[in-house]
Amino acid sequence: MASVTSFVQWLAINLLNGVSVGLLLFMLSAGLTLIFSMMGVLNFAHASFYMLGAYVGYALAAHGGFWFALIVSPLLVGALGGLFERFLLRRIETRGALAELLLTFGAAYLIAEVVKLVWGLAPISAVVPPALDGPLFTLYGAAFPRYRAFMMGVSLAMLLALYAVLRVSRIGLVVRAALTHAATVETLGHNVPRVFTLVFATGTALAALAGVIGAPLFVIEPSMAENIGPMVFVVVVVGGLGSVGGALVASLLIGCVQTFAVGTTLSLGGIAQLAGAVLPPAWASLSVAQIAPVLPYVLLVAMLALRPRGLFGQRGDDDA
Amino acid sequence: MLNAPFSLRRALPWLLLVAGLALPPVFTSQSWLLAYLAQTATMIVFALSFNLLLGETGLLSFGHAVYAGLGAFAAAQIFNRYPVPLPLLPLIAGVSAALVGVVFGFFSTRRAGTTFAMITLGIGELVAAGVWLVPGWFGGEGGVPIDRASGPVIFGLNFGPSIQAYALIAGWCLLACVAMFLFSCTPFVRVANAVRDNPVRAAAIGFDPRRVRFIMVIVAAFFAGVAGGLGLINVELASSEGAGLARSGSVLIAAVIGGTAEFFGPVLGAVVLTFFSLAVGNVSSAWVAYLGLFFVWVVVVAPKGLVGFIAALSRKSCVVIALSLCAAVAWVLAIAITMEIAYALQFDSHGDGLAHIAGFLLDGRRAAPWCLAFSSAAIAVLFTRKARSAR
Repeated sequence: MASVTSFVQWLAINLLNGVSVGLLLFMLSAGLTLIFSMMGVLNFAHASFYMLGAYVGYALAAHGGFWFALIVSPLLVGALGGLFERFLLRRIETRGALAELLLTFGAAYLIAEVVKLVWGLAPISAVVPPALDGPLFTLYGAAFPRYRAFMMGVSLAMLLALYAVLRVSRIGLVVRAALTHAATVETLGHNVPRVFTLVFATGTALAALAGVIGAPLFVIEPSMAENIGPMVFVVVVVGGLGSVGGALVASLLIGCVQTFAVGTTLSLGGIAQLAGAVLPPAWASLSVAQIAPVLPYVLLVAMLALRPRGLFGQRGDDDA
Repeated sequence: MLNAPFSLRRALPWLLLVAGLALPPVFTSQSWLLAYLAQTATMIVFALSFNLLLGETGLLSFGHAVYAGLGAFAAAQIFNRYPVPLPLLPLIAGVSAALVGVVFGFFSTRRAGTTFAMITLGIGELVAAGVWLVPGWFGGEGGVPIDRASGPVIFGLNFGPSIQAYALIAGWCLLACVAMFLFSCTPFVRVANAVRDNPVRAAAIGFDPRRVRFIMVIVAAFFAGVAGGLGLINVELASSEGAGLARSGSVLIAAVIGGTAEFFGPVLGAVVLTFFSLAVGNVSSAWVAYLGLFFVWVVVVAPKGLVGFIAALSRKSCVVIALSLCAAVAWVLAIAITMEIAYALQFDSHGDGLAHIAGFLLDGRRAAPWCLAFSSAAIAVLFTRKARSAR
């Protein structure tokens, strides 16, 4: 009976942790998907804006506290993203998706350098505000931190707000119309390039928000963009490029897969034995927890083998 | 293209390449120079193989180092186990990398464009992390070392001395360049160009774009593997960095700043990048920032890379060229002063809080250096405007 209880406890805590990490990933991938589906630009620097949000949030929190940083850091970084779109990205808009991808790749390089220059190389740990410190509840004897619950709450609230703005408000109507009929919307007197700038700024602001919220969970360091960036791209490809629903499902999936993998004690050799196969000794001794960092990428390759367009992706031009 | 008459203009890049690889060792055989040249030769092959994808087929890869790195690992393991002559090492690395390319290309070429780029990033990350996980195969932190003198002796050469190893690397570099040039003249690569420009139309006239991309990925992987083998001969070590994302990023930067539209663009890019990383990297900790700024400048202002930019500039009048040069010098001065002061304030690598630029000492806590940088930038803006209006 005790083992059943401990299993349920393990399951519940890992599930909650997995979902909270997944929602954080979703906040990142939602901004990325929003920008991609509007402008056809895959923003390689997205994770760098996330990192910038975390650093700016850290600097602001030192002066005005956590809540001040939570509001102002996304606004600042979003404004920076808007400027980037307006003065650099727009100049090469006509040259196609690859040129834009290269530009954002360069931007990622530069943002990483700026961060190192301003805040130095040493990792910084952000502090959880006192109101959110401590456990929220205990489940079968294991505590669930209040901060994780807050993180989930903000992610969900942001999701709902984004959905409401896009569906209900007038600006959302223009954005959705500009997505499919840019020329018509322009003829009707709306400034479509400005809409693009706004969308890009919103996407980067979302990334910065994720940065401020995620910072206490991880360490703030100049390599944090490189660590989470590829994962976010895996999320959007697995979910299907341009699909927000797909990004949500893929984020939760990858958040849970990683959390559970870290929490198990199985080894690859053991799994292979269950399947009746024998692995070379170099591989068999690996534990599942050790391979957790590569699981998202394994998932990516498996997904592409089975369903190249991703979970909810449409067949695009580049399928041919 | 092959049948075109011999012309000096066309032969000039080849002559420069051969001269650049062969002449310096004739005058001096200092080991740092040979190591630097060998590194450049490796990067040239690597960047050219990258351009088979980006320039010829329109496939942007963020994980090209996977092929070079895994090829080098395979070659190192085989070299340590069997009596393989050293000159065959790049070939072994190339074939192994091509096999890896068959596996990964099968998944990645199902999509093109942005999705392809993201998949290569995922595969790059997978391999970079995977290499650390299996120390039994990849040697973990230390990598897989080889002793290049331990192979069978051929024509009395054991390739222990660095001049012999360099001759081998330079020879392989030229061979690979010629092979890739001849390959880029084949009808198949014209089909790849068609797939790059209009996949739907290429498919309509009977060329399966996926198959074309797949083959191009395998060929590019082969030459990347050759580059990995050359790197292995040079440093006698197959390490995890060789397969890492940073190396994938640097080959991308080399190809793009050189120019992907011309065959010799990536060669120039590789030369510039290697020179930059050693010459500037030695004297300034800000060199990554310079490289990033330069890269962004190329992407925004000179989409055809340095080769295309120089070609366009050479068609302008002398006045414009002079004005552009002045503008460039002023920009470089302004940016270098600003960056060096800022880096000196933050990192203080000299221990005195001063920026050291070509023997001058600048103190970032005073106003004068900042004013100098600002006025230099103002002059640069003036020259840029003049150059633009003079066109």
